[in-house]
Amino acid sequence: MLSIIVFSALAIIAVASGIAVFRVDSMARATYALAVSFVAVGVMLVMFDLDYIGVITILMMVMEMAIMAIYMIMFMGMNPALMPMSMVHNNRWSAILATGIFLLLAAGALLVPWPARSGTAAPDLTVAVGEALMGSKMLVMLTVSPILFATIVAALVLANPRGRYDRWGDNLKRVCPDDPQQGGLGK
Amino acid sequence: MTLQLVLVVAAALFCVGLYGALSQQVVVMVMMGLELMLNGVILAVAAFWWFLAPNPDGMLLLLVVIAAMTVEMAMGFAIATLLHRSKETDMTDMAADLSG
Amino acid sequence: MTGAVMNPAWALLAPVVLGVLALAGAALNGVFVARAEGRPALSGAARPVLEVMRLMRQRRRVTVAADRLLWRIGGMALLVIALLKTAVIPLGPWILADISVGIVWFNAMDVMVWAGMWLIGWGANSAHALAGGYRFLAQAVSYELPLMFALVTPAVAAHSLRVSEVVDAQQDLWFVVWMPVAFLVFCGSVLAFSAWGPFATAAGADIAGGILTEVSGVDRLLIMAGRYALLATGAAFAVALFLGGGSGPLLPDWLWTIVKTLVLLAGFIAVSRRLSAIRPDRLAEVAWIVVLPLALLQTLVVSIIVAVRG
Repeated sequence: MLSIIVFSALAIIAVASGIAVFRVDSMARATYALAVSFVAVGVMLVMFDLDYIGVITILMMVMEMAIMAIYMIMFMGMNPALMPMSMVHNNRWSAILATGIFLLLAAGALLVPWPARSGTAAPDLTVAVGEALMGSKMLVMLTVSPILFATIVAALVLANPRGRYDRWGDNLKRVCPDDPQQGGLGK
Repeated sequence: MTLQLVLVVAAALFCVGLYGALSQQVVVMVMMGLELMLNGVILAVAAFWWFLAPNPDGMLLLLVVIAAMTVEMAMGFAIATLLHRSKETDMTDMAADLSG
Repeated sequence: MTGAVMNPAWALLAPVVLGVLALAGAALNGVFVARAEGRPALSGAARPVLEVMRLMRQRRRVTVAADRLLWRIGGMALLVIALLKTAVIPLGPWILADISVGIVWFNAMDVMVWAGMWLIGWGANSAHALAGGYRFLAQAVSYELPLMFALVTPAVAAHSLRVSEVVDAQQDLWFVVWMPVAFLVFCGSVLAFSAWGPFATAAGADIAGGILTEVSGVDRLLIMAGRYALLATGAAFAVALFLGGGSGPLLPDWLWTIVKTLVLLAGFIAVSRRLSAIRPDRLAEVAWIVVLPLALLQTLVVSIIVAVRG
């Protein structure tokens, strides 16, 4: 009973702050509303005994939203004076489509005869997921790692304004790199 | 707490995110919509895992979703930065124009 | 040592212990400041109490178009985060919530500090405060990854993310002996996430107090107390992870924990008065190119030792 009450409260927080993301007038509030939504879902995961994944979700998402807020303000440039912000297109059809898909998914969730629970959870789930990741299901790790590495490289290639020729000169012979920022190593 | 209840909540999160991803014009706001959709997906996967088959394999699926979210975020920020630099814009509509 | 089931009522005691530790830290800092200014040391020790009374009475300064909701949340955040951290920190044989992922919990909480510090800077609608918030985030990007690997290292050696098991694994040999780099990185990160000493540029005098520019009265009290509390929780967690928790001769476990924490806290405060400020923009390159590989190497060495010993 208690778990239902806690879960419902978390669900209301998660969905309400999710809606707030697109309703509030300030970018900082929008970003941190999304962070609240993720924290609520993280706590729900902990309720399913997924301690590690739940806490990791909270960790990652709060970090991400702290950075996201900077990007929002950097690219959209508004002060906290709660300037009205309405930058939407296809608002009506988006809402209709989203509602329709929600009805479809909810109907599916309620009407499908879900099978009974099979198997039992391992006593220490963190150990279990670690052993699966480094043992029988290592292919997942082997796939995710290069993808993440490729992401780092690709994101840097896209976002970096200055390549090594800008820093080290046309024949890469400059002794000291020419950077707009001062300080760091070797300078 | 039942599977149905959790799935309805997950569907609600997913669809709020879908609305945002479709309706917002600013790249970073579209990303926030996508994040919210993935938030719903994480909750749904966790619910399936817990109520149907609580073995380690399902948890790996969660890790994959979280990794996908990381990739989405990194590439989104990179593209937003590139768009801002090359076209001085942060709107998806203007990104559709050819040549900058 | 492990498995002592706690009555939840003890949770009420944790804030008291944390408060005393934070106050001790503030008093010590007051003594150092008084000595530097040539005043009697005792007047410096009483300074935090007087400051608390002064701030309690002070009226809040109001800025134009402040984002009050986020500002208040940011102001409370640091103290709340420090309290949430105490849940996984053992005091001798007792621990409030010995969860299976205690170390990850601590890490998640110190990421919350990112949000708290930035919101303090953002909410005031003031340029200097916002610059302070940005400085903190720039610094956070530098210290967080080395900190994560410093946290991982004791967990690898203890085969567990549970803090009590990490403490138990140090019965024979304190972790600080064979993972000194991780210990130093962790201590540096504690200073950094409390915005303290060389890492205090977010609240630097060169930008008129940075995140603290516009906060006054109770808000300022909460933020200052929160910074001392974060410093104290950082010291207490370092004791649990690297300094053998409550192990020591003669005295009971809980007293040893407090003694070690106080010594480390005093060390933080004394050392950081002797270091010059580190600019966040120059820190990034050093942190990523020197400190992060060193921390990784430390983790690798510990992993190899653990693997060889079996």
